[in-house]
Amino acid sequence: MGNATGFGARYRDVDLTEFDTRQALEHAANQAVERRYEDFMIVDCDSHHYETESFKEIAEYIEDPVMRHEATYQGFSGGGINIGKGNHQEMGGRIIRYRARKKEIVPPSPHRDITLMRRWMDAMGTDVACMFPTPMLNLALSPREDIETQLAWAYNRWLCERILAHDTRIRSMLYLPFHNPEECLKVVNAFAEKPGVIGFMVTSTHYRAVHDNTYAKTYRALEERGLPLAFHSASGTGSEEGLRLLNRFMGVHTMGFSWHNILHMTNWITNGMPERFPRLKTLWIESGLAWVPFVMQRLDNEWMMRNSDAPLLKRLPSDYMREMFYSTQPMEMVNNLEMLQATFKMINAETQLCYASDYPHWDMDLPSVIYDQPFLSEQAKRNILGGNAQRLFKLDTILSDVKLQRRAARGGASPPQ
Amino acid sequence: MAEVLVCKRGELADGAVRIVYFDKHEIAVILQDGAYYAYRNVCPHQGGPACEGIRVPRVIDVVDEHGAYHGQSYDKEQMHIVCPWHGYEFNLKTGEHPGNNRIKLKKYDIVERGGEVYVAV
Ligand code: FES
Repeated sequence: MGNATGFGARYRDVDLTEFDTRQALEHAANQAVERRYEDFMIVDCDSHHYETESFKEIAEYIEDPVMRHEATYQGFSGGGINIGKGNHQEMGGRIIRYRARKKEIVPPSPHRDITLMRRWMDAMGTDVACMFPTPMLNLALSPREDIETQLAWAYNRWLCERILAHDTRIRSMLYLPFHNPEECLKVVNAFAEKPGVIGFMVTSTHYRAVHDNTYAKTYRALEERGLPLAFHSASGTGSEEGLRLLNRFMGVHTMGFSWHNILHMTNWITNGMPERFPRLKTLWIESGLAWVPFVMQRLDNEWMMRNSDAPLLKRLPSDYMREMFYSTQPMEMVNNLEMLQATFKMINAETQLCYASDYPHWDMDLPSVIYDQPFLSEQAKRNILGGNAQRLFKLDTILSDVKLQRRAARGGASPPQ
Repeated sequence: MAEVLVCKRGELADGAVRIVYFDKHEIAVILQDGAYYAYRNVCPHQGGPACEGIRVPRVIDVVDEHGAYHGQSYDKEQMHIVCPWHGYEFNLKTGEHPGNNRIKLKKYDIVERGGEVYVAV
C-alpha cells in the first residue's frame, strides 16, 4: 500500500458558473509547449467570433437609416428551435463555452473580441488567425437581399476599423454580398487595401451560380490584386429542400457543410473557371476533406465521357482541384488513417492544405490534429499548420509574444522557417 | 503507488468535480449521487479536460417492437461525463465511450478511509 499524502498535490475545484478561455484551453497550451510550436509559425485560416455580441456597434455602421434603426431595435437573431431553423451547435449545453463565454471577464481595452481571440490563439500556439463572423454565414439565406448588402458593408467597416486595425495577428477575408454582384466588386475595391484584409469570402449557403457572368469583374479584380477567394461553408439549415428532411443536427451538419461546397466546386470546374481566371486562388473552407476525393473521382470519370460538357478544361478536373487550397477542419480523423493519408495525397496536402481550428465552434480542431499525424514529415506538418497559408496570403513571419518568450527561455533557438 | 488526499468526506457537494494535480498526473475526482469516481482529466479525442463539463444521462431513441419511433428519452441508469471541448461522452462508472469501448478515460481507484477520500496513483 502506498503513502497517504496530501503533500505535493495541488487542487482546483471546477466551477461551471465561471468561464475563462485560458483555463478552458489549458490542455491546448500544454500541447503547444510539448510539441514546441514556438519553432514555427501557425496560421489558422478559419476561426470565428460572435458578431451578435457586438451587434449594437456593427448596426451603427449600417448606412440605410431605416434599416439601422430596425437592426438596432431588433438585434440579429441566430434563430431558435421555434422557427424551424434550429441551431444546435451547443448540443443542449454540453459544449459549455457557448453560453459560458459571456461570463468571461476581459479588460476594458482592447476590444473584447481582440482579447478573446488572443487568449485562445496563445493557448493553441497560433500566431495569425483569420477571423470570420458566425450567424452571418447564413445571412445569404435571408429573403431580404438588401439586408445582406447593408450588413456586409457595415460588418466589413466595423471589422476593419475596430478589430483588424488594432492587432496584426488578426486578419480576415471579408464578406462579399453575393446576392448583389455589383456590390461585391465595390466591396473588393473599397476594402482590398485595408490593413488585415487577406482576401474575400463567399458564404457557400447561397443560391447564385458561382459561374454567372455577373461575377466575372469581381473575380478578375481579385485575380489582379493577387487576393484569394474563399468559399466558407455552413449548414444551410432549413433552406435546402433535401436537407430539410434531416431531423438531427448531426445529419444536417454532416451533409450541409459538405454539400454547399460540393455544389459550388462542381460549377467552378464544369464551367472552366480555373481556365477563365487562371491566377485566382480559391480556398474551400469548413467542409472537412473527405468530399474532395469524392468530387475529384466523380468529375474525372464524367469528364472523360462528356468532354463537351466542360470544353474549357485542358486537364482532368482533379488536376485543377489539386491546385486549389483547402482548410483542414473538421478533419475526418476517427479511425481510418489509411483513408486520411490517401486523401492528403490526392489533394497535395503538403502544399495545398491549410490548418483551421474553427474555434470556438463545437467541432474545433487543435493544431495537434495535424501535428500528431504519423504519416506526415516535420516539414509537411509545418507547411499545413502555417507555411501553406503564409504563401497563399503572402504573410510575413510572425510569432506570438508567448512563443517568442518560450524561444528566449530555451535560449538561442534557430529562427522560424 | 501513492494515495493522494482528495478531500474530507462531506467536503464536496454532490455533482462537484475536484481536479487533483499530483506529480505529472491530472486527475478529476467526481462526486455523483454519493459515490466518488476518479479519471485522468485528459480526453482521448483531442486532449480536452474531459471531466470538466456537464453530466447527462445517456440519450436513447424509443422504438417499439414494430420498429416505429416514439421519441427520445434518458437512461437514468447510465450517467455520462461529457467532455466540454467537443462533446465526447463517457460512462461515469466505466469511463468508456458509449459507442466504442476502446475509447475510454483512464480510471483510478478511490480509497475512503478515516473520513477522508484518497485517489490511488
Ligand atoms: S477533446 Fe474531448 S471531446 Fe474532443
